[in-house]
Amino acid sequence: MHATFFILAALTIAGASAAMGLRNLIHCVLALTLGFVGLALLYLSLGAQFVGFTQILVYVGAIAILAVFAIMMTRSAGPHPQPALSAFWITGCVIAGATFAVLAWAIIRSNIATPTSAQPAVSTNQIGDALMHSFALPLEIMGLLLTAALIGAVIIAMPQNRSSK
Amino acid sequence: MMHLPLTQTIDQIFVLSKAWIMGHVPVAFQPISSAILSVAPVLVVFPLLFAITTVLERKGLGRMQNRYGPNRVGPFGFWQPIADGIKSLTKEDVIPRTADQVVHFLAPLLLVLAAFLAYAVLPIGRNMVIANLSAGVLFFFAIGSMVELAVFMAGWSSHSKYSLLGAMRAVAQMISYEIPLVLSSIVVIMATGTLSTVAIVDAQTRYIGILPHWYVLTPWGFCGFVLFMIAATAESNRSPFDLPEGESEIIAGYYIEYSGFKFALFFLGEYLGMFATSGLAITLFLGGWSAPFSFLTWIPSYLWFFLKLLVFIAAFIWVRGTFPRLRMDQLMGFAWKFMLPMSLLNLIDAAVWHLMPHNILRWLVCIAILAIPCFLLSLNLKQRKQLQIRTYRFAE
Repeated sequence: MHATFFILAALTIAGASAAMGLRNLIHCVLALTLGFVGLALLYLSLGAQFVGFTQILVYVGAIAILAVFAIMMTRSAGPHPQPALSAFWITGCVIAGATFAVLAWAIIRSNIATPTSAQPAVSTNQIGDALMHSFALPLEIMGLLLTAALIGAVIIAMPQNRSSK
Repeated sequence: MMHLPLTQTIDQIFVLSKAWIMGHVPVAFQPISSAILSVAPVLVVFPLLFAITTVLERKGLGRMQNRYGPNRVGPFGFWQPIADGIKSLTKEDVIPRTADQVVHFLAPLLLVLAAFLAYAVLPIGRNMVIANLSAGVLFFFAIGSMVELAVFMAGWSSHSKYSLLGAMRAVAQMISYEIPLVLSSIVVIMATGTLSTVAIVDAQTRYIGILPHWYVLTPWGFCGFVLFMIAATAESNRSPFDLPEGESEIIAGYYIEYSGFKFALFFLGEYLGMFATSGLAITLFLGGWSAPFSFLTWIPSYLWFFLKLLVFIAAFIWVRGTFPRLRMDQLMGFAWKFMLPMSLLNLIDAAVWHLMPHNILRWLVCIAILAIPCFLLSLNLKQRKQLQIRTYRFAE
């Protein structure tokens, strides 16, 4: 446990909790992005360069922008006079606490041996090799799935009265 | 100190002087002082280059438009950046009353931070790179994607319709052109088999005869380089892709509500981003710091890098002075109907080049794979449009 870990963990948790607590939705997205960056930095501090940079590229560069655009296209961006806590916050807290307790109990009880080597040395090359050799078929299937999603999005966005023109 | 030939000593002078300073620093402070010694030159040199570029750009544009450009401060107006700097520091920092104060403040900082971070992986000279990451190119694009968020924050927090429109345009444009930007650089990664910028430059430092082994001198490399530069121009919001800040339509786009030094920070961030993407293009396609001919290797490596960068800046100024601004639909059509298919084809071309035997047939096949679709796609772009020389009825 280094000081870096605690700083990054605090950053991530602060971002995530601000994303839940803030009133303005755009602020929530920006706070969530801070959480994403904190997670990416945690990956980097663990030596996982590829995962860390991909996290920034995908979550900060794409997901956050997507969320922001979705919010702006669907509702006015101004602050909404709704309470920060919903009416069911006690129930929510109980459920969240129970889930956390069960997960924590399971993790503590499980006999996962602590890894002997400090860091498994996984380089970007090895990830690429694995993706292109042993996991080539899952990768292709993922590509097909994403293409299907892309075509579906285009069909939804296409004007309905195209044939009548 | 080791005894090196004079040319190598001059080439490595910054590396050697850093090692000399580090020898006089207590061990406990070595990591931090090493980081400062690596980062500080970047923080000094590139903003200085920005200052020089602003005056060069204004002079160059002035010459292209038959006027003088700045010519009052200092000899030929070359101290203009200092005057501009003092002006932007002493101006009142106006924040709109309805603006989102925190986000409005953070946006320029995030933009400049992202722009500076990108320099961490650029090899400026032999053994001169801040961080030799094994996923360096990925780092560059990841940091580049943070710029979009900064632009959006600036546009949204200003609470002005012009800045919001500008931010929307900028984000749409950056996302569209990021795909060809990344795809066109993948060919180099395919050829070298590494994401590390240092290893990519090292792979290009060999010479065949007097000609260098730069990737721009192959069909796929040339096509990739052209696509990369077009996409880089669009990414840095420069003319002819400067719709997000089109003065005649939306005044200044996402930074309309910024004044004083925050405006200067946006300006700085934009130019730093342009230099960084040019630097990546130099690293990927033009052999980084390596000399263009084998008999010129005695010139220090960092000079080559900055010479290439200056050529890029000149080209950017030239393009800005000559091309008219695109319309939004033309911009998007160009990105998705021309840039994306061409960059995908370029990937196939690089694979074909890699697999075919090394002879003249390989050149012909690879050029044909790129040239014919390029011609057909261009025809597709100009379909139903009667392009001809415009006749001006009232302005002859």
